Amino acid sequence: MGYPYSHDLEVGTQLSRHFGDERARTLEGWKGLGGYATLPKALEMDPDAITEVVKNSGLRGRGGAGFPTGVKWSFMPKEPNGAHYLCCNADESEPGAFKDREILRWVPHLLIEGCLIAARAIRAEHVYIYVRGEFFPFSAILRDAVVEAYEGGYAGEDILGSGWSCDVTVHLGAGAYIAGEETGLMSSLMGGRAEPWIKPPFPAQSGAFGRPTTVNNVETLAAVPMIVAEGADWYRQWGTDKSPGTKLWCCSGHLERPGTYELPLGVNLRDVIYEVCGGAPNGKKIKAVIPGGSSTAMLTDDELDCSGCYEGMAEAGSALGTASPIVMNEDTSIVSAMRRIAQFYAHESCGQCVQCREGTSWTAKILHRIEVGEGTAEDLDTLYHLCVQMTGRTICPLADSVVFPLVSSLDKFKDEYEALIKR
Amino acid sequence: MSDAAKQITLTIDGVEVSVEAGTTVLQAAEHAGVVVPHYCYHPGIPSRPAQCRMCLVEIEGQPKLQPSCVFPAGDGMVVRTTSETAETARKSVIEFLLLNHPLDCPICDAAGQCMLQDYAFETGQLRSRYAEAKMVLGRDRVAEDILYFGDRCIVCTRCVRFMEDIAGDNALVVAQRGHKAYIDTFPGRDLDHAFRGNIVDVCPVGALVHEDFVFKARAWDMDSSPGICPGCSTGCNIEVNVKENQVVRTKPRLNPDVNSYWMCDHGRRSLVMSNRGVRAEAPMVRQGGELEPASWNEALAWVAGELNGSSGIALVSAGVSNEALFYTRALLERIGVEGGTFQVEQGDEVTLSGFPKLKLRADRAPNAVGAELHRFTRADGLPEVPDGATLVVLGDAISNAPADYGANAGFFLYIGSHLFPAVGNATAVLPAATVAESDGTFVNYEGRVQRFHRALRTPGVARPTWMFLSRLLEHLGGESGVREIDDAFAAMATGTAGLEGMSWAGLGLRGELLSEAGQPAVAAE
Repeated sequence: MGYPYSHDLEVGTQLSRHFGDERARTLEGWKGLGGYATLPKALEMDPDAITEVVKNSGLRGRGGAGFPTGVKWSFMPKEPNGAHYLCCNADESEPGAFKDREILRWVPHLLIEGCLIAARAIRAEHVYIYVRGEFFPFSAILRDAVVEAYEGGYAGEDILGSGWSCDVTVHLGAGAYIAGEETGLMSSLMGGRAEPWIKPPFPAQSGAFGRPTTVNNVETLAAVPMIVAEGADWYRQWGTDKSPGTKLWCCSGHLERPGTYELPLGVNLRDVIYEVCGGAPNGKKIKAVIPGGSSTAMLTDDELDCSGCYEGMAEAGSALGTASPIVMNEDTSIVSAMRRIAQFYAHESCGQCVQCREGTSWTAKILHRIEVGEGTAEDLDTLYHLCVQMTGRTICPLADSVVFPLVSSLDKFKDEYEALIKR
Repeated sequence: MSDAAKQITLTIDGVEVSVEAGTTVLQAAEHAGVVVPHYCYHPGIPSRPAQCRMCLVEIEGQPKLQPSCVFPAGDGMVVRTTSETAETARKSVIEFLLLNHPLDCPICDAAGQCMLQDYAFETGQLRSRYAEAKMVLGRDRVAEDILYFGDRCIVCTRCVRFMEDIAGDNALVVAQRGHKAYIDTFPGRDLDHAFRGNIVDVCPVGALVHEDFVFKARAWDMDSSPGICPGCSTGCNIEVNVKENQVVRTKPRLNPDVNSYWMCDHGRRSLVMSNRGVRAEAPMVRQGGELEPASWNEALAWVAGELNGSSGIALVSAGVSNEALFYTRALLERIGVEGGTFQVEQGDEVTLSGFPKLKLRADRAPNAVGAELHRFTRADGLPEVPDGATLVVLGDAISNAPADYGANAGFFLYIGSHLFPAVGNATAVLPAATVAESDGTFVNYEGRVQRFHRALRTPGVARPTWMFLSRLLEHLGGESGVREIDDAFAAMATGTAGLEGMSWAGLGLRGELLSEAGQPAVAAE
C-alpha cells in the first residue's frame, strides 16, 4: 500500500499496511491489528540471536548510507559494563524524504516495538527517539503511544514480566538537518549543538553520554519486528541479494501521484516514476530526477532504467539514499533548483569544518549570481574546484551532499549554466 | 601502561621518526621537525574537534586526507604533509577562511603574530576568486575587558573550548551556525572568569583582543623578555612585551611544571600596572635636613660611613628578588641587625579546574618563600619603630605606611623603586630597579626557583638592588661588588640553605626546586 495513493505492485509487508488507519495509533487498536506480537518472542531470545536474524535478513540502514543493520549491532560490546543506549533517528530532514514521518504518525507502536527488540539485541537500557524539531504534531502522536506502551507493560520496568527493563524517551530536536547525522544527533541529545564529531570514537565505543550507543533510522527499526517474527528468509523474498526487503519510496516533485509507496528494493526506477507515480502531470517530459533525497547525483530521463537498490543506484552513478526521488519536469531550471539545494545546505551547515561552512555558502552565492544572469565563465571552473575541495575533506558528509547533485548538474546540464552566463 | 611506552617508527616527509604509541601524526611531525599548519588544535586544550581541516595530510593507505591532529601515528606509516593533494587542500582552506575576512591586517593587533596571515602569505593566492559581498559581523564586547572582532574570527573555537575544558565555565559559545557562526557569551551569562584572558592568547588570529591593548602596539614594535608574574605566589612563567620602555602586555609562557600555557587576569595586569607611580631615580642622602641627590659613589660611601645597627629593625618586601633579599640580609648582618619582617597581601584563591596546579593563590606576592629562605619572618602590620633606631626598608614594604612612618628613626635607609609618602622621612634613598627592570629569581609557593629577565631600562640611575648593595658591602669591608646576575646568584647559592649546587645558568627557563633543606613548609598541596 502507498500513502495517500495505493499502487498495483503487491507487497505484503507491515511497514505501510496500516498507513491511514486511525486504529493503528492506539494501543488497543494496534493490538487488534496484530501488534506487539513479536516482542514476547524477542524477550525469550538470546540478544545475539536477534542480531543474527537481522544480520541474516540483510536489512540495511534506511537512513541513507545503507550500512548492514545486524553488523552495526554486532559492534556493541557483548559484556556490558554500564549503560548501552539505542538512539532512534527520527530527525528526518533530507529534502524529498517523508517516510519516517508516515511511520511516526500512523504506526508509532510498530516503531516502539522495533526499538525495544533492537534495544534487547544490543543490551540497551534506554531508547532515545530523537524526533526532528519540526515534527511537533507527530512527536505528540508518538509520545501518546509511548505512554500507552508504558501503561500496557511493553516498556519501562520488567517488560511483559520478563525481568528485562528498558525505558523509551521521545526527544524533540530543535530543528537542524545535521542532527540527523548520528554523531550530530548524539551531540544534540546530550544538550549540545548538533555538531558531528570525528570518529573514532565510534558510537559503539563511546556514543551518547560517553556510553556504547547504536543509532538506527526509524524505517530500519520499524522493519525489525517483522524480520524477527517471520525470519530472515521471509524478508529476503523481496529485494535483491545485496539489498533485501522493501523500502518506503518518497516520490515528490512534478508527478501525477506523488506520495509514499512501499516497494521492494531493486524495483526499476523508471517504473517507480512512470508506473507507480504516473509520470509528470499534463504530459510534460521529465528533465531530471534526484533519486535519493537532495544529496544524491541527478539522473536524466534517459538514465532512469536502473535497479532501485543500494548497488543498482551506485552503478547508475547516483545513490539510493533515502529512496526519495525528486522529479523535475522539462520546465524546471536546473540552475535554480541547484541554487535552492545549495542554499539549503549552506543554511544547515553546522559551521565546524571550514570547507563546508564557507564552501556551501560560496556555492549558493555563485549559483545565485549565475541564476540572475551575472555569472562569468570562470564561475563554472570555481564550482568544479569547490566540488573537489568539498569532497571527503570534512568531519561529516554534509559538504559532499552539495557536491553530488552539483557535479552531476554541471556535467549533465552544462548548457543550461552556459546559457545563463552568456545571456 | 606498557602500551604507552611502546615505540613506533614512521616516516613523515621522508624523515624517519620514532615516537610513543598513541602520539598523533601532528605531534610526531613536530618530532620530525615538520610543522603541520593548524588552527583548532592547541596543545594545551584537550578537546580536538579536528574542524579547521588545516592539518589534513596524506597518509599512505588512507583513501582520504586525514586530520593529523587526531589521527594516531602508526608503525611503518608513511605521511606526506606537502604532497600536492595536501598542499591544495590547505591552500583551499586558506582561500575559504579569507572569503569573508576583512583583510584589515594594517590595523589588526595580531598582524605579525597571526597564524592566518602567516599561512596566507605562505600558501595563499594573490587574488581572491570571491566576487560576492563580504559578510560583516562587526565588533562586540565578550567580556568587560575583551573585544571580539567577528569579521576576523575563523571559528576555530579554541576560546570556547578553553573556557569549557580548562576554565570549566561554559560562558562562551558558538552562536548561529554555518557561515553565520560567531562567538558570543551564552545568553544571560557574563564572561567573568578569573582566567578569561587566556582566550586572547589562544586566538590564532586577531579576533579576540584585550581592550587595554587594542591598537597600542604592533607585534614588530615590541620587545619581549621572559619573566615571572609577580601577581601571586604561583610564579607563572610569562612573556613581557615592551614598547618604548613601557610594559604593554604580558602573556603566559609555557612551563608544564607551573602554569602550562595559562595565567590569570590578575597577574596579567600586575606588570602593566607597574608602569605607574613616582620613581626613585637617583640616590639621595639627607644632609642639612633635606634629602639631596648624590652620585652612587658619594651616596654609598656616605651610607657606609653613617649606617650603624643600633637597636635596628628591618622591613622587606616579598615582591623583590632573592638576590636583593640575600644582599639585604648580608647588609643587616654586617651592621648587626637581626630578624626582619615582611607582609603579604592576601586575596581570594581561584583554581583553574582544567589545570588545578595553577591557582591564583592567596599570597599576592611572588617571593614569600624566598623571603623566608633569607630568614625574614611573615608579620601582620608594620612594626613600631623605636625612637632613634636604625630602620632598613627594602622594596614596597612601606607602600601603604602613614606619611610619618619612620620619622622618629635614628637612621632610615630606604632601598626601593618607588617614592611612597613615608620615604620622605628617609635618611638615605638607594633607587632600585623594579622586577621588570632587573634580572633575578623568585621562589614560588612550592619552592621552585625561577629566573626572570630584565625587560625595561631603569629610570635615571636606578640599579638592581643586588648590584648596589654588593658595592655597599664592599664599602663596609666585604668582598668586591658584583656586576652580573650569575655572580650575584652564585654568591647567594653558596651561602643559602636550599640553593646548594644551583647556578643561574643551570636554572634555565623552567626553574629548579629547592633542595630539601630549603623546602617551604607548605610545599605539598
